[in-house]
Amino acid sequence: MTAKTAAAIASVVVVALASAGCLSFYEIAVETPIQAKLDVTPFQRVLIAGFLGGGSKSIDPNTETARLLRSQLRTKSELKVIDADVMTLVDEVDRRRAGGGSAPAADSSDDPKIKNEKDLQEYEKIFADVDFWKKLGEEYQGPLIVTGSVLFTEVAKSGMVSRAQPFIDQTGITRYVEQRQFSNMKGFALTPKFVFIDGRTGAQLYSESFHEEALYQENQNTPALSSYFELMDKLLPGFLNTLSTQKIKGTRILLK
Amino acid sequence: MRTKLLLAAALVALMSAPAYADQNRRSDAKAQVDFGIRVAQKSLWKEAVYRFEKAIEIDPTYGGGWNNLGIAYEQMGRFDEARKAYEKALELEPNNTFIRNNYDLFREIYDRQNRRRDR
Repeated sequence: MTAKTAAAIASVVVVALASAGCLSFYEIAVETPIQAKLDVTPFQRVLIAGFLGGGSKSIDPNTETARLLRSQLRTKSELKVIDADVMTLVDEVDRRRAGGGSAPAADSSDDPKIKNEKDLQEYEKIFADVDFWKKLGEEYQGPLIVTGSVLFTEVAKSGMVSRAQPFIDQTGITRYVEQRQFSNMKGFALTPKFVFIDGRTGAQLYSESFHEEALYQENQNTPALSSYFELMDKLLPGFLNTLSTQKIKGTRILLK
Repeated sequence: MRTKLLLAAALVALMSAPAYADQNRRSDAKAQVDFGIRVAQKSLWKEAVYRFEKAIEIDPTYGGGWNNLGIAYEQMGRFDEARKAYEKALELEPNNTFIRNNYDLFREIYDRQNRRRDR
């Protein structure tokens, strides 16, 4: 039994006992503070540098993620968000590969260079490049740097799906019966990895990976961008809790 | 005869003294808990902690007091102390559904926080 189920059952018991007037208890709202995962007190400012974006070409995960995180941090964090152009880390890595400083070879296709996690591995080495991040940090007076990778891919799955099927019984009341049927589903998967770097030293402080999927009926046409925001909504509390204390609202029972 | 009666009365008084003391202790502890609940309802959790601590100091066998202390510690972010208080409450009242439910909800958060520390 999960805690949520237990809470639901307990609420029913509470109401029942309260109406019977046989117990002395008080339901009270609580806000349990969850400490930030990272001590950000040495920093006053945060730079969302940019991400290694890849996967589906339907959206630009780098720009979208940088924009979203900046707007979230502006309202939900004490840190001042630095307004700067979003770096295209993929191009930065390509430039280095091409022999330092030279422009990357022109790529005429629209296809992203990183299509899957295997492609990503080649590029991820940049997170360990202390000199690169230190140099970037110096440009902005040593802020906390947020970078990482964001893989936004199309997924398709088939299998048995449970659905509540309505039917009208003999008395004319609509009832539901659970039906399992084979379904083709399609949607998107979002796999971001957030890397937090000390802009004063270039050293990596913390990193955390997430994975979320949203699947829809095959005939349902959900735009990629709206699916991206749906998935990011689920991940954001985890990201924000890295930098600031979050409060979990709930109720508890005080006893006399 | 009178002496015998007096002796018997003294004996009865002596035997019931511990029970009477227990009752008194619980009553004093309840007074602290009542006040603690009132201030907790006004979100004055620091004062609530003080009152609940006082209550279990007066009567360490008061399961409800330990439960309330667990809640107050939890609200203050003092998770290790909250865990001990809840567990003490459950030790004293293992069949109390309210305490069990509070503890389960707390553990969900407590375990998540600890997993993070380990990472």
